[in-house]
Amino acid sequence: MNWIYDPWPWYIGGPMIALILFLLLMVGKNFGMSSNLRTLCTLCGAGNATSFFKFDWRAQRWNLIVVIGAIIGGYIGAHVLSKTETVVIDTDTVNELQAMGFQSAGNAYLPTEIFGNSVFTDPKALLLLAIGGLLVGFGARYAGGCTSGHAISGLSNLQLPSLIAVIGFFMGGLVMIHLIFPLLF
Amino acid sequence: MRTVIYLGIGILFGITMYKSEAASWFRIYEMFTFESFHMYGIIGAALIIGVTITQLIKRFNISSFYGEKINFIPKEKGWKRYLIGGVIFGLGWALAGACPGPMFTLIGAGFLPILVVIATAILGTFLYGVFKDKLPH
Repeated sequence: MNWIYDPWPWYIGGPMIALILFLLLMVGKNFGMSSNLRTLCTLCGAGNATSFFKFDWRAQRWNLIVVIGAIIGGYIGAHVLSKTETVVIDTDTVNELQAMGFQSAGNAYLPTEIFGNSVFTDPKALLLLAIGGLLVGFGARYAGGCTSGHAISGLSNLQLPSLIAVIGFFMGGLVMIHLIFPLLF
Repeated sequence: MRTVIYLGIGILFGITMYKSEAASWFRIYEMFTFESFHMYGIIGAALIIGVTITQLIKRFNISSFYGEKINFIPKEKGWKRYLIGGVIFGLGWALAGACPGPMFTLIGAGFLPILVVIATAILGTFLYGVFKDKLPH
């Protein structure tokens, strides 16, 4: 039964995502996680600031429940179904990351350098997380969706706008890793 | 009852994001250096099955579990918002190593600094709402 604690290979993970897309379609909903960030804005009273957030958030209640499930699922995945936190990434990637100062590469789930609890007293790490989140939130809403809404739902429905968005996601990601990371780390 | 179903789907999603390591910053980094097939395999396999499911539902007019018609919302035409918004999203995705689904999974997994990412992602969404009419779409 020890296999249950192993990480899932891509050929389990990918079909599971397709299963989630299928289940949501079959209960009459569309898979898209970044909409929840907009709903959370509305719940925080953003509707008073601009009309973009004036909508009946109850129509999105189902998606917030999916989010609560995703949090519980993260707990189960990490604490019930896993024994180690190690993510075995490519050895060249490990060497590159360690040379950049990410000593935790190859030994952790997330880099402790920016996701350990010590970051709360590390201004540079906090700033990087804050900028990352800001870009994700702004970009996802500007593009009208994120990895789930465009790369999975949209591309599954053969939507050209989603293909353009996914090409944009990769352009941005490549620029960050290959051009901006060398300046940051 | 429907609440329980949504919760169940969410739990399945959270477990999948964690166990497939799609919620790992390292996997996202590795994807953008093209040094591993893992993330491409996940997205590729999800898409091959996802396209098949979507086309079958449309072709055979398959109804939902509740007997209702399944609606696919077409994306609005255009390219500017998708390209510019997409690039901005990609920059953040690679830096924070998390997109809007896995972010929440990581709270459950116990990584508290992800709360900073979530709070600023909500702020970023708010800023988009404020500046929406001034941006090219």
